[in-house]
Amino acid sequence: MPDARLSPEALERLAEIRTAAEAAVDKPAALGPDIDITRFRTVAEHDRIASLESLQRQVKETALLSGFDADEKERSASYFQMDRTPIYERVQKAFDDAIEIMSTEEALKLYGEEMVANWWWRAVDPGKDKYTALVALHQTEGYFIRVKAGRKVEKPIQACLFVSESDVSQNVHNIIIVEDGAEANVITGCNIHTDVKEGLHAGISEFYVGKGAKLTFTMVHNWAEDFSVRPRTGIVVEEDGVYINNYVLLKPVKSIQAFPIAKLVGDRSTAVFNSIVYGLKDSVIDLGSETQLIGEGSRSEAVARTVSMDRSTVYSRGRLIGRTNTCKAHLDCRGIVQSAESTQWAIPDLASEGAPGAELSHEAAISPIAAEEIHYLMTRGLPKDEAVSMITRGFVNIEIPGLPEVLRRQIDKAIEETSKEAM
Amino acid sequence: MTSESPAPLLAIEDLHVSVGDREILRGIDLTIAEGETHVLLGPNGGGKSTLLNTIVGLPGYRVTSGRIMFKGVDLVGLEIDERARLGIGIAFQRPPAVRGVRLRQMLDVAAGGSLEPELAEALDTQLNLGHMLERDVNMGFSGGEAKRSEMAQLLAQMPDLALFDEPESGVDLDNIAVVGSAINALLKSEERISERRRAGLIITHTGHILEFVNADVGHVLYSGRLACKGNPLDLIEEISSHGYDKCVECALCQTLA
Repeated sequence: MPDARLSPEALERLAEIRTAAEAAVDKPAALGPDIDITRFRTVAEHDRIASLESLQRQVKETALLSGFDADEKERSASYFQMDRTPIYERVQKAFDDAIEIMSTEEALKLYGEEMVANWWWRAVDPGKDKYTALVALHQTEGYFIRVKAGRKVEKPIQACLFVSESDVSQNVHNIIIVEDGAEANVITGCNIHTDVKEGLHAGISEFYVGKGAKLTFTMVHNWAEDFSVRPRTGIVVEEDGVYINNYVLLKPVKSIQAFPIAKLVGDRSTAVFNSIVYGLKDSVIDLGSETQLIGEGSRSEAVARTVSMDRSTVYSRGRLIGRTNTCKAHLDCRGIVQSAESTQWAIPDLASEGAPGAELSHEAAISPIAAEEIHYLMTRGLPKDEAVSMITRGFVNIEIPGLPEVLRRQIDKAIEETSKEAM
Repeated sequence: MTSESPAPLLAIEDLHVSVGDREILRGIDLTIAEGETHVLLGPNGGGKSTLLNTIVGLPGYRVTSGRIMFKGVDLVGLEIDERARLGIGIAFQRPPAVRGVRLRQMLDVAAGGSLEPELAEALDTQLNLGHMLERDVNMGFSGGEAKRSEMAQLLAQMPDLALFDEPESGVDLDNIAVVGSAINALLKSEERISERRRAGLIITHTGHILEFVNADVGHVLYSGRLACKGNPLDLIEEISSHGYDKCVECALCQTLA
């Protein structure tokens, strides 16, 4: 990967990244079940396509479940990666000069010097664990999205990372940059072909939200019962910047462990994490987020709703670290356990580091749906199973302020599908 | 109709109900005909709410003997929602808050699927629902808001028998008037009895609601039995001047009961 045109400083940094990753190849993650990553082959190459319409019907339908629409009318730009190949990327004409979308490797070739100096492994440590090392040493593309300064793009940008075969690992590295004063909604879906059983998705995501900029990042995951997922995400938010993270997991997975870290470095910067998680079948799910409140007047809120069924185990974590006197943050995690064989943990974690004025709070609860509420709906004529399903849908369907309507509909639809299947 | 008394909609016969090990209702006989509005009076703990909750079918209210016939069907053994779909509706005294379920959805459910937009608009105006429609039902509702929300749900459901558990409790005078006119709209209690079809059973402590609603028959439920029957306003006057104990001792009641 090192490019001869890069400066000695950049080449040196790339060498550092490599060294850090090499030292971590066998280092298990701090959380989540350990995975033997040597079992997986690297994903395969594919031919590029001229239009999303030419995707197999089954692929399109699967992608749509996580919000990726092959009919791009309601989208400003699209990126589709099949296994290791970016087979399609396009910016709609109206947004031509506002959005750049390409694979990260292409971006590294195009903007090598700038990339290495500012964004390449700057928000995630390559030596964190074996999954960051895997991506650093055996990267299979990933998307690069940049929204130009001052451009407010309301129509979502969509990205899909698709795995089409079994026993492979997809090791993507994604970068999103929302420049000063710009706004973007990015909806990403990670999907696998219905035939795929075992596999690993290791995804590094580094997001940079500029001064007064806003990024709404919505991710809907569709995995499979034997698929393992290890995303590693770092977010840096500058002055008056806003980062909103919406995460939805409604399908079984072998195990997923993710703990994105948002650094609110700018004054008055904000981070919001909303997540809706269904634990199904034998899924082991360990999700949470950490927000470091560094800039004056920075704010954060994390809201998690978890429903666990079957034999699933779900950890719902949240960590707030206040490093400035004027920061304020709140965690709100609620869970419903719907099976006697399922386990849920709610683990809120607050720290004030040298910031006596920091205001950090949390409410965590795990409790069943109150029988009284079910009976109340039944007195209006609703059968018991429908009453339970309506209350459960209401429980997970959290109010997400500022969520674009198209994303709202996407999430509602996904929840609707899940509750139908669960009945 | 040539018959003197209209067909009974609800016929409760020798109903005994226990909550846990305690017998609360000890032999209730009550008949409500189509179009009639009855009032249930009685001291706290006498079993008024128990009777309503038993008719609705809430769990925890065990019928040990007797039966509850509604439209010729014995309700005992039917699920809550089956009873609701047969035509029984209730406005609770203290309805539970349901996080994530909005009042608008409750109105759709009560209407049996979706409430017609014109009807929703009419309810909104009549009961001043406004922003309540998009709020989680009963979540942080004031006393008056909760009552108006309950009335809206009953008006969306239009049950043949409507049960009201203390519709005036914890509500200011303005709201009592609104709730009262909603009860009238449902029961058409201002019209002649021959014009009415829906029946109502109203629990009231104070009788304030009767300033707004015309009721045909009053009962006093006292230690698990219907001890007295009469004109609702007369009963209230008697009770407010002499108390329940004296009321149930009076000769008239003794002969009627």
